[in-house]
Amino acid sequence: MKALDNFFQKIKPKADGKFPLAHAVWDGMYTLFFVPGHTNKNGVHIRDGIDLKRTMVMVIFALIPSLLFGIYNVGHQHFLALGEITQANHVCDMFWDKFIFGALKVLPIVIVSYGVGLGIEFVFAAINRHPIQEGFLVSGMLIPLILPVDIPLWMVGVATLFAVVIGKEVFGGTGMNIVNVALTARAFLFFAYPTKMSGDAVWVNTSLEEGQKLVDGFSGATPLAQAYKGGTEALVNMNASIMESAIGFIPGSIGETSALAIGLGAILLLITGIASWRIMLSTFVGGYVMGWLFNLWGANPFMQVDALHQLMLGGFAFGAVFMATDPVTGSQTNSGKYIYGFFIGFFAIMIRVFNPAYPEGMMLAVLFMNIMAPLIDHYVIAANIKRRLKRVTVKA
Amino acid sequence: MSKDVKIKKGANIKLKGAAEKLHSNTFAATEIALKPTDFPTLKPKLTVKQGDKVKAGSPLFFNKEIEEVLFTSPVSGEVTEIVRGEKRKILEVRVKADAEIQYESFKQADPNSLSREEIKENMLKSGVWPFIKQRPYDVIANPNDVPKSIHITAMDTAPLAPDYGFIAHGRKEEFQAGLDALVKLTDGKVHLNINGNTNADEVFTGAKNVQINRISGPHPAGNVGIQIHHLEPINKGEVVWVLKAIDVLTIGKLFKDGKFDATRSVAFAGSKVKKPSYIKTVLGANIANIVKDNVEEGGRYISGNPLTGTQIDENGFMSFYDYQLSVIPEGGNNQFFGWLKPGLDKFSLSGTFISTLFQNKEYDLNTNMNGEERAFVVTGEYEKVFPMDIYPVQLIKSILVKDIDNMEKLGIYEVAPEDFALCEFACTSKTPAQQYVREGLDLIRKEMS
Repeated sequence: MKALDNFFQKIKPKADGKFPLAHAVWDGMYTLFFVPGHTNKNGVHIRDGIDLKRTMVMVIFALIPSLLFGIYNVGHQHFLALGEITQANHVCDMFWDKFIFGALKVLPIVIVSYGVGLGIEFVFAAINRHPIQEGFLVSGMLIPLILPVDIPLWMVGVATLFAVVIGKEVFGGTGMNIVNVALTARAFLFFAYPTKMSGDAVWVNTSLEEGQKLVDGFSGATPLAQAYKGGTEALVNMNASIMESAIGFIPGSIGETSALAIGLGAILLLITGIASWRIMLSTFVGGYVMGWLFNLWGANPFMQVDALHQLMLGGFAFGAVFMATDPVTGSQTNSGKYIYGFFIGFFAIMIRVFNPAYPEGMMLAVLFMNIMAPLIDHYVIAANIKRRLKRVTVKA
Repeated sequence: MSKDVKIKKGANIKLKGAAEKLHSNTFAATEIALKPTDFPTLKPKLTVKQGDKVKAGSPLFFNKEIEEVLFTSPVSGEVTEIVRGEKRKILEVRVKADAEIQYESFKQADPNSLSREEIKENMLKSGVWPFIKQRPYDVIANPNDVPKSIHITAMDTAPLAPDYGFIAHGRKEEFQAGLDALVKLTDGKVHLNINGNTNADEVFTGAKNVQINRISGPHPAGNVGIQIHHLEPINKGEVVWVLKAIDVLTIGKLFKDGKFDATRSVAFAGSKVKKPSYIKTVLGANIANIVKDNVEEGGRYISGNPLTGTQIDENGFMSFYDYQLSVIPEGGNNQFFGWLKPGLDKFSLSGTFISTLFQNKEYDLNTNMNGEERAFVVTGEYEKVFPMDIYPVQLIKSILVKDIDNMEKLGIYEVAPEDFALCEFACTSKTPAQQYVREGLDLIRKEMS
């Protein structure tokens, strides 16, 4: 370690030298390997062991189950489509074939996302002469997990560019963005290239090699699309009953299908205190309430889908655990978090059931509540201020 | 009618090297310094120059804004040096101590028999007035005010802090005399806030003419600002005076013996101290002979506790308000992949280190920042250790943009930087919270005057 440290110190470019990008890259690499030994100067003399990198890395650990499951599922759905396995087979059949196939499809997306995003962050850090900040460590992993596997890589790059520049850097970088960066990327793709982000063709990779052909009657529709058409019956027919939806061997965006894998991540986030349990809980409650209201109404088969089942479908669980809980874009007051989470869940289900063109209600709900979060906080704090002022008048 | 207050939010940081409850040594002062920098916003005006001879209780400087507030020498001797900094700002007034201390004499009487003005005059002349601070603004109390009430904290919950009960033990009469003097200074009550976590010393439980409140809970339950917030929160326009119980002893001694006796027990603690214990020394003492041979290499000397104290070097001087000398390991080493390690030896209020599983461990924390300064990202971590009905992050943000209106509305009149010390400790983004709060308080004090 000392040798590595000495090596870094030897190649260190000057901070205000001619190539600020070189220093930005050096600093980013150095602080990756070493937590700097800066000591506290004024103020407290001892500090908590946590820093932003550790916070971010915990989220990445929490995403790993979803990533691994997603990779496996991509392969699983592919071979299902090809008829090489059927639902009757054990899920672990062709384990390595599926995993490697999935990895070959998913990892390039991850690499493009991180490569473009971090590249832009380095450039901005160089321009602004401040150290690379850790925000993109998590967004870079989130973006691939909310995309369909068939997305062209150049689209991933463009969307990441848009999200990091317009969604984050323009506002001042890490900690300053108003809307969720990963969802900005997805929204960009959704509105700019809708054919590639919705419909039935994009969720399952059906690239065929020589001699392969698709199973008869194959449709790559996601459970959400089928539920819209035929309600719970259609879901059960396509092997997306509530248990199956929870486990997640269904078509969908890469990381969003398995509530189980997401749940493992949620447990890690809650134990470490990184994500707000208030937001997670109230998002699920809000979604359930809306689903339950729709169950009461029951005007079409989609509305009749059981509320709990609704929560397992689409990107709801993923959004509730990883998107809604983003501290920068969410509500900052503890009371506000309940309201914020509740409405995310509430609107997510409302949007997806009312409007078939927007199956991704979760994305829109989170983005909308991101904008509303400061308003919620404003009123929570106004109540606090009023309490304080009332003390004066009561005394008077 | 005493009150019981349970503080729920906060955290106790258990550091190695807590002082054993015994007086190990007496260090007679060789040299002391009074530092105007110990008093925020003070504009000092000197009354002595280099070479002047002073007695214990002779004024060294006074407050330019309120000239009756005198700062007097804790020892008798000769003024050796006036240390100045940039723009001729006075940093220290150093006095070489005589072998035997000679005292100026002040009024010696039972405070119950004196009027408010006589008590004030005695305290101002002898230099014990600066022990009284006030909320709002966390500055020295203005003798021209009549405060709504006076709050005395009889507990210090900071890491390695001294046990006030141990220091005050057996000094019941001095303590009561001090209380009697303070009772005269306000039309409201004098609150004595004692430790509800343990059995408080009978010097405190037997105090008369005051309202005794029991405060229990983790740090910062010992902070007087937190106690006031839970007993009778401060509104705009109100002034509350605050003191530490052990300073009340010095005030009491003034009225009993007619002199400014600045000797004090100091907790000499920290993992770098060979035998952590209490020592007897004097206000403003030079620490060179205290630490010589008694500490290990590689420590940082802090006058005060590791959260709110001031760093001094090995020939430095204790600060006016501090009854604690902490010596903790100096950091400075880079940690290879430090942010990834499980970290059994690291302490964190978040749940991200394995050490969280071991609740009662003591830690040997060094002065590493453990990260770099960032913008606010994580939410909810300040609120977990800030037991007031005030939004700490929003308050700091309003200070950063110098929004006076918002600062007022959000409760700046109730807070002091020490209340934010745990927030600053816990901050993932390594924000200098105490510094910002100090700047905010100074700004709004200037605006309001």
